[in-house]
Amino acid sequence: MTGHAIPSVLRAEKINKYFTDPVSFHVLKDVSLEIKKGEFVSIMGKSGCGKSTLLYVLSTMDTNYSGKLYLDNRLLTGQGGEALASIRNEYIGFIFQFHYLLPEFSVVRNVMLPGLKLGLKSAEEVYQDAMEKLRLLGIANQAEKLASRISGGQKQRVAIARSLINSPKLIMADEPTGNLDSKNADNVFHLLRDLSHQEGLSLLVVTHDQDFANQTDRIITMEDGRIMSTA
Amino acid sequence: MMNWSVILSISRTHLLSRMKQTIIAALGVTFGIGTFIILVSFMTGLNGLLDGLILDRTPHVHIFNEIKPSKRQPVHFFDPYDDSFNLIHSVKPKFRGEKINNALPLMELLKSDDRVKGITPAVKAQVFYSAGMLELNGLLNGVNVMEEERLFNLEDYIFEGIPKVLHQTSNGILIGKGVAKKLSLTVGDNVQVISSKGDLFQLKIVGFYQSGLAEIDNVQSYVNLKTAQQILGEGDSYITSLNVKLHDLEEAPRMARQIERGYDLTAIDINEANAQFETGTTIRNLITYAVSITLLIVAGFGIYNILNMLIYEKMNDIAILKATGFSGRDVKYIFIIQALLIGLSGGVLGLIFGYFVSLLIDHTPFVTEALPTITTFPVNWNPMYYIIGIAFALASTFLAGYLPASRAEQIDPVEIIRGQ
Ligand SMILES: Nc1ncnc2c1ncn2[C@@H]1O[C@H](COP(=O)(O)OP(=O)(O)OP(=O)(O)O)[C@@H](O)[C@H]1O
Ligand SMILES: [Mg+2]
Repeated sequence: MTGHAIPSVLRAEKINKYFTDPVSFHVLKDVSLEIKKGEFVSIMGKSGCGKSTLLYVLSTMDTNYSGKLYLDNRLLTGQGGEALASIRNEYIGFIFQFHYLLPEFSVVRNVMLPGLKLGLKSAEEVYQDAMEKLRLLGIANQAEKLASRISGGQKQRVAIARSLINSPKLIMADEPTGNLDSKNADNVFHLLRDLSHQEGLSLLVVTHDQDFANQTDRIITMEDGRIMSTA
Repeated sequence: MMNWSVILSISRTHLLSRMKQTIIAALGVTFGIGTFIILVSFMTGLNGLLDGLILDRTPHVHIFNEIKPSKRQPVHFFDPYDDSFNLIHSVKPKFRGEKINNALPLMELLKSDDRVKGITPAVKAQVFYSAGMLELNGLLNGVNVMEEERLFNLEDYIFEGIPKVLHQTSNGILIGKGVAKKLSLTVGDNVQVISSKGDLFQLKIVGFYQSGLAEIDNVQSYVNLKTAQQILGEGDSYITSLNVKLHDLEEAPRMARQIERGYDLTAIDINEANAQFETGTTIRNLITYAVSITLLIVAGFGIYNILNMLIYEKMNDIAILKATGFSGRDVKYIFIIQALLIGLSGGVLGLIFGYFVSLLIDHTPFVTEALPTITTFPVNWNPMYYIIGIAFALASTFLAGYLPASRAEQIDPVEIIRGQ
């Protein structure tokens, strides 16, 4: 690496993971990768090759692996659950394939929760931030509705707004457009790309959509738990 | 870092969105705590009543001169028979009279003891109440009536008169209600009593005495100490019993033993006199706590079940919270707080419920011959029970919530997210 190199946000070194139940199964094999600041990276690969599993490891939710994981050159591997939770809260946004929202909370409350947990700003400021994110995603008019009372596409955008609330360094998404029609999928894609370019946000997105992947900065291809190419 | 306001708001939303289950869980606690308050207020009220009935008027130490055979018979004074097994038949007590020797100095001595709250002398005189041809067996209790009132609440058992009047009327008598009824006597009338020596005395009725126990009320009357001494033809120093009231009841047995050892007298402490009484109190307390704890355990299982179900339903929420940066501990507190909120609201409701039912009991008429001064059921309004009640509610719901909450803490978000 040269002095001019763009700093890395996330770095994984020789990640190996096994499932032991029901039979021992080597699901991630020597996975090493690096995501730089402001990079928009997609991961592709056949169903069952280990993409989701990798994403859970990279997001710090799954700690049952060997190898090393760094965020901003800070070693995450071996840290306690409490510390990892607060790192996720502050630095990592996660968008699931299914629009995981808390159904009994209002849309804006859902967006606010990680911000309230972080506790750096007052509830009023977090509310303003949340409204701004919802506006950015074009669903500010749904803010006070219950999260269980909006459409699938709207839910997905709420989830994106939530992932942005603490201005993370990195957003990971597992097939964020898998559930959306092509128009909505396109919207989501443009949104993510704009964020990446404008705010210097790094993005790591698992997708099956070749068109989507082609428009990202870089595609990582996986096969049977191994990274085949990172071009 | 804990962020209580978020945790609290999440707990609240969970509870409010499941209003029905929340209410059912809280009502369980309400029922447990309410029952506890009602039971404990009523039971201890009853205890207090019986305390008043027995403890207040029973001397803590009752000193008198008992007629009994000497422990050491003449043969014991004869050394050669020391090692032998002596059988003595037909032992007779020596008559010493009922008088306590040196009663007045003894009284002064006991009064100077720190443990003693007060001491009253008494003279018991066997008499006959006479009315025309009729003669009724009777017992005059000669007392220092003002002291008796101060230490043993004599006033509670006096009707149509007050102790002070007796104090001011040298030949007055507070006559047993049963006696008065038999002889058709009212306040202001005179009654004649005949002493055991056959002397006749005129006494003026200044009030009625009613203990609630017919056997006593048919026989016993109160007169001034002086009157009793005169009837017996004795002087000022003639005292047949001393009644001691202590600051601390627990000291009674020790004090009684000391007096028996120091003087040739019999001293009965209140525990000996009312051995069965303590047992009753203990059993009532036991029942109160056993029933309340049982109800709270049942309520606790209800809460445990409901929270377990809630956590099962809320798997997704838990996974999302954890994925977005809430720690396992945060999640655990979210559910513990829900349990505590159920405990708090149910508990407070239970206190209110218990309070009003107790109020109802307190106003329910309860009239019995045996307890002349009681008009309604007794209730103890000690605020301590309300504090214990709410502490009970919080402790039991905390215990019930702890296990499910710890389970929520352990839930692996990856498993849930993958499971979709
Ligand atoms: N809990 C588990 N226990 C055992 N094996 C598992 C478990 N979870 C996943 N696997 C296996 O690990 C492999 C990788 O699963 P993963 O979900 O990462 O695949 P994926 O690449 O995300 O697939 P898809 O594109 O269908 O989402 C699969 O073969 C799957 O059967
Ligand atoms: Mg997957």
